[in-house]
Amino acid sequence: MQPIQLLAPDGSFAEDEVYAPYIRALGDDVLREMYRSMATARRLDNEATSLQRQGQLELWVPCLGQEAGQTGVITALREDDMVFPTYREHAMALHRGITPEELLRQFRAAGHSGWDPLEHSFNVYSVVLGAQTLHAAGWAMGLQRDQAAGRAEDELVVACLGDGASSQGDVHESMVFASSYGLPMLYFIQNNHWAISVPVATQSKHPLALRAHGYGFEGVRVDGNDVLASFAVAAHHAPQVREGNPQIIEAVTYRMGAHTTADDPTKYRTSEEVESWKAKDPISRYATWLEAEGHADSGWFSEVDAEAKDLAADLRRAAMSMEGLELERVFDTVYAEPHRQIETEKAWLKDFEAGFAEQTGETEGERR
Amino acid sequence: MTTSTAADAVERPEDREPKQMPLAKAITAALRDTMADDDRTLLIGEDIGALGGVFRVTDGLQAQFGADRVIDSPLAESGVIGTCIGMAMRGYRPVAEIQFDGFVFPAFNQITTQLAKIHNRTDGKVTMPVTVRLPYGGSIGSIEHHSESPEALFAHTAGLRLVTPSNAHDAYWMTRQAIACQDPVFVLEPKRRYWLKGEVDFQNPAPDAFTAQVLREGTDATIAAYGPLVPTALAAAAAAAEDGRSVEVIDIRSLSPLDDETIARSGAKTGRLVVAHEAPTFGGFGGEIAARVSERAYHRMLAPVLRVGGFHMPYPPSQEEHRYLPDIDRMLEAVERSFSYDR
Ligand SMILES: Cc1ncc(C[n+]2csc(CCOP(=O)(O)OP(=O)(O)O)c2C)c(N)n1
Ligand SMILES: [Mg+2]
Repeated sequence: MQPIQLLAPDGSFAEDEVYAPYIRALGDDVLREMYRSMATARRLDNEATSLQRQGQLELWVPCLGQEAGQTGVITALREDDMVFPTYREHAMALHRGITPEELLRQFRAAGHSGWDPLEHSFNVYSVVLGAQTLHAAGWAMGLQRDQAAGRAEDELVVACLGDGASSQGDVHESMVFASSYGLPMLYFIQNNHWAISVPVATQSKHPLALRAHGYGFEGVRVDGNDVLASFAVAAHHAPQVREGNPQIIEAVTYRMGAHTTADDPTKYRTSEEVESWKAKDPISRYATWLEAEGHADSGWFSEVDAEAKDLAADLRRAAMSMEGLELERVFDTVYAEPHRQIETEKAWLKDFEAGFAEQTGETEGERR
Repeated sequence: MTTSTAADAVERPEDREPKQMPLAKAITAALRDTMADDDRTLLIGEDIGALGGVFRVTDGLQAQFGADRVIDSPLAESGVIGTCIGMAMRGYRPVAEIQFDGFVFPAFNQITTQLAKIHNRTDGKVTMPVTVRLPYGGSIGSIEHHSESPEALFAHTAGLRLVTPSNAHDAYWMTRQAIACQDPVFVLEPKRRYWLKGEVDFQNPAPDAFTAQVLREGTDATIAAYGPLVPTALAAAAAAAEDGRSVEVIDIRSLSPLDDETIARSGAKTGRLVVAHEAPTFGGFGGEIAARVSERAYHRMLAPVLRVGGFHMPYPPSQEEHRYLPDIDRMLEAVERSFSYDR
């Protein structure tokens, strides 16, 4: 199953009958914005990786190499289409107006999340693989009922997942619900060839997009390093999804970086493999095309470069000055309503820390 | 999709006279009254529609409110809880029915890593008013996986609340309070007591669902129990009275939060406390109560807190469950044993 491609690695464009018209209809503003998103995400990645190396972040999860699929798909959607990301969708998050500072928060371990999911129609990152695909299905069930009551438009719901997560039972259950209730679900699978150290063939010997057929819906494979094809495929299929026809988009891409900053990919993959994907880099091919087609010139590219550098400096400043969530606040958000044990423990900790010296040996019970 | 007005035909709860009804039907009434009041309350679960659930607790509700509000789910427990989370994010108040205690485990991940944590993970930005109805406990003569008491696993999970009614009146009001709560609440339904009749007073709410209640006053010892064993504890206290022992009975009602104050007060008063539950005692919830009471009432206790519960084994074949489950005699034995520590 050949992935749909419009933009070849050398920057040449294929005039595909179905998909090319979506690109030809775009103005310079959207085309440039997509470049800007990808360049910003990459800059963020590099900067965050070095912040981690310097001990300013506990962990970083790079999206290096996957910017095109993420940017193309999210640009083709509407602002009110709710997205349920994994933990690697930085290009999508930035596109939704989540600030780099908010993005770093979780990775500095200053909190478990950094933004309001409802404000951005972009859920907080989710680490337990596949779990978020069910939340997405539930959101879509609520949406269906809101639509029936005249409270919502024809939004769609995006469930992001990776090739590894595709093996999780929750993903299967999510697709069953989507199929059974005709939910407006777009499953965006980024097949980046690896789940930490395990190759995609261990998850599936067949294109993941084909799984859709077993659930009775459509699946399409796209070159996930081609921002234009990713845009066009999402734009083409979104209307059907909005009508309640679930869809898989499998973006075939490559995780150029380590799984996380804690990973050592040299233990499980060859440098030849990595090099072969460098030649398919999503950003350089798009830059070549933008320039060749006259959508942007070198002056504009240097402007974007300069903006990206500013972002990097802001990011560093933001990371250093970020205020962490105190344990008191953690106590306060375990429950939405008062809970006896939480209150007792919080008060105990306060007393304990206030009067450490004279309170040794006392227990919670005796103090009351 | 339907927004039913059939509910209007039903008498408003505040106009209804107190009524004798089985515990299961009190839950049905609570679900019906809540759904009539709030069109954001939805039910979802396996076989809860046309069949009304395997215990008929949702009987008639799909006919009344439509299939969009009483949702027959695919056969997927993780899916049931996972989609409740998504619906709650969108402002709904889903009530999930898990068919049997033993089948909650496919949803364990969604419950513990997601449902319980989302309010905390989002720094309070997203609330999870999800109710999980879990029929639990044994003594129903069933096959494997249909008689379990997994409450300690959930009580141990921060972010969840757990209540368990022991009578029809509590069943009605606790269910309503659970659905009204902004946190995820488990309502552990004692399925062997589903057909136990009691009066439901629709005009006078039961005490706060998250508190314990003294059901019978006594002076010599206390038995604290919850859910299915509360009627057993009351019967044990009645039997003890015939032997001249005055036994106080506490219905624990809420496992999280735990009203340890009420339990410890009774322990301090009688000096002897027996905690009873069907779940195995090893690593069980009774140990938590014992620890808390001994911290709070150490100098007033005349004996260690004793536990009566299941053994450290998978729930046995039900032919043998009468020897596994705590009964009146096991409770009385523990009460007597607590007198053996007298100096
Ligand atoms: C349920 C679960 N199991 C294991 C992990 C640890 N883990 C984190 S990411 C990952 C690999 C995921 O691979 P994939 O879905 O392909 O996404 P990618 O990281 O490649 O973007 C693993 C095993 C986890 N987060 N959740
Ligand atoms: Mg992967």
